[in-house]
Amino acid sequence: MSAIRFDGVSHRFDDGLVVDDVTLELTERRIGIVGANGSGKSTLARMVNGLVTPTSGTVTVDGLDVARHGREVRRRVGFVFTNADTQIVMPTVREDVAFTLRRHRLDAATAAARVDAVLDRFGLADLADRPAHRLSGGQKQLLALAAVLVGEPAIVVADEPTTLLDARNARRIAEHFATLDEQLVVVSHQLELLESFDRVIVMEAGRIVADGPPEHALDAYRALIG
Amino acid sequence: MIGVYHPGSSVIHRMPALAKLALLAATVTATALVGSLPALGIVAAATLGLFSLARIPVRVAWRQVSPILWVLAFAVPVQWIFAGWEAAATMGVRLVLAVALAAVYTLTTPVMATLDAMQVLLRPFARWIDPDRVGLALALAIRCVPLLADLVREVLEARKARGAEGSLTALAVPVIVRTLRTADHLGEALMARGVDD
Ligand SMILES: Nc1ncnc2c1ncn2[C@@H]1O[C@H](COP(=O)(O)OP(=O)(O)O)[C@@H](O)[C@H]1O
Ligand SMILES: [Mg+2]
Repeated sequence: MSAIRFDGVSHRFDDGLVVDDVTLELTERRIGIVGANGSGKSTLARMVNGLVTPTSGTVTVDGLDVARHGREVRRRVGFVFTNADTQIVMPTVREDVAFTLRRHRLDAATAAARVDAVLDRFGLADLADRPAHRLSGGQKQLLALAAVLVGEPAIVVADEPTTLLDARNARRIAEHFATLDEQLVVVSHQLELLESFDRVIVMEAGRIVADGPPEHALDAYRALIG
Repeated sequence: MIGVYHPGSSVIHRMPALAKLALLAATVTATALVGSLPALGIVAAATLGLFSLARIPVRVAWRQVSPILWVLAFAVPVQWIFAGWEAAATMGVRLVLAVALAAVYTLTTPVMATLDAMQVLLRPFARWIDPDRVGLALALAIRCVPLLADLVREVLEARKARGAEGSLTALAVPVIVRTLRTADHLGEALMARGVDD
């Protein structure tokens, strides 16, 4: 497993402190982050691949300072956003998955084989040449996940990947997450998804208020939200 | 242009995108220069031949070409009145041919192949412009059309639901705000997906 370290990390937006002096070492395979809206979960998750640079403190991935080695870190860290619509950047399903591989400079046959394998795995093979914008919400999120995994990242960070989905599609995405071998950091309100995780972190107003195995951390969270 | 690729394995599908683009440009230019209706008739027959060679169903072809007929419904009568029937017919046929030939291209060429072709074309200018960037910008532009269309539709529906149908502010403000937010998200996604590499 990779090691993600937060060392005295704070982040301030114009209207205040959003992440407040967080120190963490994440080495478990599956890590969940929960907390109320606005508690700083997205900001924390975004720091792992350098989409947000902390105003103080450092974040490192396998010893690489994210602020200074953003590109290298982003090759190791795949990111799944809440709204797949804005993560999909190419017109068709196959092209969008292939887009991830552009930076890998593979020969065309190898790249095509990898794209096909991922499309197959996510049940998207029949939709490969469809316009991505005509997929259903659940299929779009599967595509977003497929497009991340084809790059073979060591870590996948997902920020509320199921929040915009109906219950059935949310469960389907969750099942796919369960089959991943990659190290996972998932922000979610879908608590049953996190029950099988190795570690759950509870955030409140930019601070970590509970941290541990899900059976403890999720109870603490339920108590917190009453 | 968006998502209209019609998969197939015909000769036309397999032809390199650059060659197709060159032929498209040459033919459209030729039809613009050729004035005689019989000559245009030959091009029209050849264009039909291309559609059948590429095995494009009539329904699919029609969907590509029919929108231009709306334009012609206005433009042809106007041209007829001011320049006579022959000029009107020539213009109408030229326009339909240009659209139909372009449709043959887009129906048989994946967007990615077009982008790769553009990058090859731009390579001599690589000192001044980054072909990768241009290709990406074009792909994004294509991708953004349905994104914006959805956004406008949602805002229109919301405006209707709230009984503000006539209000321009109730359309423009949310559309602009949401467009900017979408652009932000898209920028983040591009960064996460390694565009700065
Ligand atoms: N780009 C930004 N500019 C200013 N404030 C922001 C920005 N992003 C988030 N915030 C604020 O930071 C706080 C935490 O946001 P966020 O990390 O998204 O929380 P969560 O994901 O837990 O809902 C919120 O109050 C939010 O309004
Ligand atoms: Mg969030």
